Amino acid sequence: MFDFSIVTGWLHNWLLGFMPEWLTTTVECVLIGVLMIVAYAVLAMVYIFYERKLCAWMQCRLGPTRVGPWGLFQLFADVFKMLIKEIIRLENIDRFLFALAPYLVIVASMLTFACLPWGNGLQIIDFNIGVFFMVAASSIGVLGILLAGWSSNNKYTLIGAMRSGAQMVSYELSVGLSILTIVVLAGTMSITELVEAQSDGWFLFKGHIPAFIAFVIYLIAANAETNRGPFDMPEAEHELTAGYHTEYSGMHFGFFYLAEYLNLFIVSGIASLLFLGGWMPLHVPGWDGFNAVMDYIPSIVWFIGKALFVTFLLMWFRWSYPRVRIDQMLKLEWKYLMPIGLFNLILMTLVVMYDLHF
Amino acid sequence: MELLSIQSTTLMVTALLTGIGLVAAALIIAKLISPKSYSPLKGKSYECGVPTRGESMMQFKVGYYLFAILFLMFDVETVFLFPWAVVCKTLGTAGLVSVGIFLAVLILGLAYAWRKGALEWK
Repeated sequence: MFDFSIVTGWLHNWLLGFMPEWLTTTVECVLIGVLMIVAYAVLAMVYIFYERKLCAWMQCRLGPTRVGPWGLFQLFADVFKMLIKEIIRLENIDRFLFALAPYLVIVASMLTFACLPWGNGLQIIDFNIGVFFMVAASSIGVLGILLAGWSSNNKYTLIGAMRSGAQMVSYELSVGLSILTIVVLAGTMSITELVEAQSDGWFLFKGHIPAFIAFVIYLIAANAETNRGPFDMPEAEHELTAGYHTEYSGMHFGFFYLAEYLNLFIVSGIASLLFLGGWMPLHVPGWDGFNAVMDYIPSIVWFIGKALFVTFLLMWFRWSYPRVRIDQMLKLEWKYLMPIGLFNLILMTLVVMYDLHF
Repeated sequence: MELLSIQSTTLMVTALLTGIGLVAAALIIAKLISPKSYSPLKGKSYECGVPTRGESMMQFKVGYYLFAILFLMFDVETVFLFPWAVVCKTLGTAGLVSVGIFLAVLILGLAYAWRKGALEWK
């Protein structure tokens, strides 16, 4: 399998050839930053287009078709439109917190984004408690949303932010528990080791029933974490105009939009990392020829393909179910998902202790 | 294994600064090319055309905070469970029993909150 660390190692040595070490590190960090911004922007645009086409397909419409072939240039047009809209200067708001909120939302998704395993040797932040760091970093986002709603001094934004706060913190528990289930199975929190452990079968197949239950719980909770699907009460447009970002205009609003789609990619990426093997190709023990053919497909294609597949599931979910009420949403989490998650954890522990997994 | 043998702390700071830089750069570009106009009505809160009454930064329904408190309890539990999860195989039955007691206390807490009606939305 092609190892990307050969390329990065060569770059490192080449830079070290004519630069002192501190300058090399700086140049590399700047390169990483630029690459991250490019990947972030491109993915967000692709995801917006993907969602529009997919939702159109599910509703027997055509979606964007006018701008460019198959409406492909629509994604650039959307971003450009966002940039040239006026940023309205509001009165009666808490200016500092209002300006701070988009930074928090973007920083939270950027930190999580940096942890994703893109391919063999192609990963930015990778250390022994990687998954734990991901959970911690992604929970900063809720602060940004709460601040955005509170500082806008508007009834709709306040209600939207409070709903979003209650929803995101509640479902974070289920996300945490299903990640914990996989950590019990794998016995490690490092992202590289998690991926390596799945070289002879993905955790979804290796972990029997508990892994499957954890996968389903993760999908439901992830949909709620990203404020989408049947759980989009924070921005229920029929009741709350646009929820917590009602008062944001132009590019300021664009950040929330960007972060929503990037978070969709991030939760799909985490799902593919934990349950579908990250960048690891589909391997069946014993089928050596088949495994060799699968190894021929680049690892980055595997990762993005899996993420797009999980996103497809989440979007299917979103466009098939009506919005739930807040009491139904909290009931689902606290009375069903959370107890099931706890018992699933114990079940997984028993499976691991008695070596019942593959 | 770290990418390019840079410390992971440095990489975290890089990711943090990238996020801040992305927002700042996009805002500067937007400020430069977007139109600017002012009217006193534009700065008012947007509540679907109905004039705003009173402040919105006020005391709010306590039900949301109740869930925040419950979340705090169970999130700390997850933090404690992560280290155990990594070594659960080597700890064996003794570890399982002690974590079982820990979980039982927490489940009792959840059952208490359930019984008290803290999970009902009123």
